[in-house]
Amino acid sequence: MNAGCKPGAPGRALAGLITVLGLAAALAAQGARAETVQGSTWLQGAGSTFAAPLYQAWIEAWQGRHKGSSLTYEAIGSGAGINRFLADTVDFAGSDAPIKDEQIARIGRGVVSVPATAGMIVLAYSLPGGIDDLKLPRDVYAAIFAGDITRWNDPRIEAANPGVKLPDLGIAVVTRMDASGTTFAFTSHLNAISALWRERGLGVGTSVDWPGSAMQVKGNEGVAQRIKISSGAIGYVEYGFAKRLNLPVAALENRAGKFVRPSAEAGTAALSETADTMDERLRISIADAPGAGAYPIVTYSWLLLYGHYDDEIKASTLRDFVGWGLTAGQSMQRDDLSGYIPLPANVVAKGQQALATIR
Amino acid sequence: MAPNPFAAAVDAGSISGPPAAYDYLSDRVFRILAYAGAGAVVVLVAYIVWEIGGQAAPAVAKYGIGFLTSTTWDVGNEKFGILPQIWGTLYSSLLALLIGGFFGLFVAIFLTQGFLPPKLAIVFRTIVELLAAIPSVVYGLWGIYVVIPALRPIADWLHETLGFIPFFSTSLSGPGLMPAALVLAIMILPTVAAISQDALHLVPFKVKEAAYGMGTTRWEAILKVFLPTASRGIFGSMVLGFGRALGETMALAMLIGNANQITLSLFSPANTLASLLASNFPEAGAVEIRALMYAAIALLAITLIVNVVGLFVMTVAVKKQ
Repeated sequence: MNAGCKPGAPGRALAGLITVLGLAAALAAQGARAETVQGSTWLQGAGSTFAAPLYQAWIEAWQGRHKGSSLTYEAIGSGAGINRFLADTVDFAGSDAPIKDEQIARIGRGVVSVPATAGMIVLAYSLPGGIDDLKLPRDVYAAIFAGDITRWNDPRIEAANPGVKLPDLGIAVVTRMDASGTTFAFTSHLNAISALWRERGLGVGTSVDWPGSAMQVKGNEGVAQRIKISSGAIGYVEYGFAKRLNLPVAALENRAGKFVRPSAEAGTAALSETADTMDERLRISIADAPGAGAYPIVTYSWLLLYGHYDDEIKASTLRDFVGWGLTAGQSMQRDDLSGYIPLPANVVAKGQQALATIR
Repeated sequence: MAPNPFAAAVDAGSISGPPAAYDYLSDRVFRILAYAGAGAVVVLVAYIVWEIGGQAAPAVAKYGIGFLTSTTWDVGNEKFGILPQIWGTLYSSLLALLIGGFFGLFVAIFLTQGFLPPKLAIVFRTIVELLAAIPSVVYGLWGIYVVIPALRPIADWLHETLGFIPFFSTSLSGPGLMPAALVLAIMILPTVAAISQDALHLVPFKVKEAAYGMGTTRWEAILKVFLPTASRGIFGSMVLGFGRALGETMALAMLIGNANQITLSLFSPANTLASLLASNFPEAGAVEIRALMYAAIALLAITLIVNVVGLFVMTVAVKKQ
């Protein structure tokens, strides 16, 4: 076995060295963080990758002004965020899927869910030849994700895109691997618009049993990245993630039969007509946005807070932070955040009311 | 301590002496430490198996053997099956072994059979072994940004002209079996090359003399005498390389594409057990963790079988020489 140990030996030694150095660096960082946090509050959040860039921007701007408090937000996916929220290992969570009643029942100190932002789910793709004006009818993109349309030059795609030279290339569908609110919103939409989707029993959920050929990737950024490095891929992501990587996005057919590209106006139009249908927990699922100018797939994203915090400073910091996000945070002027739709005024008012109940 | 049995046998004027108490002590301590170390390894392995097995037990009871033969991994509906992952693990590892084994063996021949001055051969050997020191995630990134773009035109051509062959039946969209297998091949190359070199070095000098004395050419000697003589060691290197390929995680998680399908096509995305574990474990719920533990047991069993076979072959090879 001596011979067997030899080849790995230099590798192992180097790996050991790297580990030791990494550990030292991590310890140093830990120490530094502990010092800055001392005598103040440290709030940890986790969840939705969909809304993560916005929350990160909020935290950055907020901490610039409030030196005493430190907030972190970890983008791990809505499902994982809710799990941590249930397990009481975070102070708040982000989810694009509305929290379920049975989940609320499991939390003794109460749950306040506040719609914090909304956004569009776009179908980003990568095709050779610089095709960037793809139009997808609703039955077609449902069929693509159900695994029924497998090639880009399928007659149904060609019929909707006259004049576009579609390549003879397999469609690589990219979906989410982790439990995701983006998946929940997208599958809710597909389930609402497509008989095929319902027949296949693919259902609605934060994770569903995608056709086997679908590549599964973690997080919105993972999906966007996978589309970027692939050829002939299509996947669903929050608009900003597609923008950041310069991915082309498809114009989708909405309920009124119009092809709509994602834009601030189309997103706002989608939200405005449904804002009054939120329930008492401020939950709503917009499966298929109505309106001629509306972009069809939109979702709210919620911040989940506990009804009661033992530490009064934590409660007040969260009230201030989320309250600030609901008002000033809605119109962050940054190009990569332009995919998020500012909340309608009545939703903001409801959110502020709910926020005020946190103790 | 008993009277020293050697004391009487030693002349008073001799420079040699009986073992002192210190010698006995250090011998005993070393022996105890050696036994303890060996025992600890066995206990550790047993403990890991027991622990994983214990956590997998509910899933084993619930899903039974069907877990190994069904193809769905659906957390929402709590339906789990790992056949695509088992297939992907074995398929990608075999491909990697075909490529890595071939090149590893040739590197070993090149470095041991006098094609290079000995000092240069040592430099080359070190460089090949340095491949083992590159972190897995770097291989993954390299695969994404170098191997996939380089492979794409070749794959497109193969798919277009030879698409009727099942191996080329899909186009390469990006991550998939072939890029994963190629990178995996490079990762196992140092293992195969180093152990094959050792095996070739162990070919007795007398055999070499005899072969050349018979009037063979260099290639006749290498192919017909040295390789067969070292064949068991080389085979062992292949098995160890295969075992390494089975367990490789990070690079594969980045390159295999994570699609739960069983396909012969070299260009379509697939999944492996290690990749499934690495990707799904961090945020898995209680039910999924049990299923993942079951998958871990399956991977452990596959790797164990391969390694036991490899170890056996190595032992036999060493004994023969």
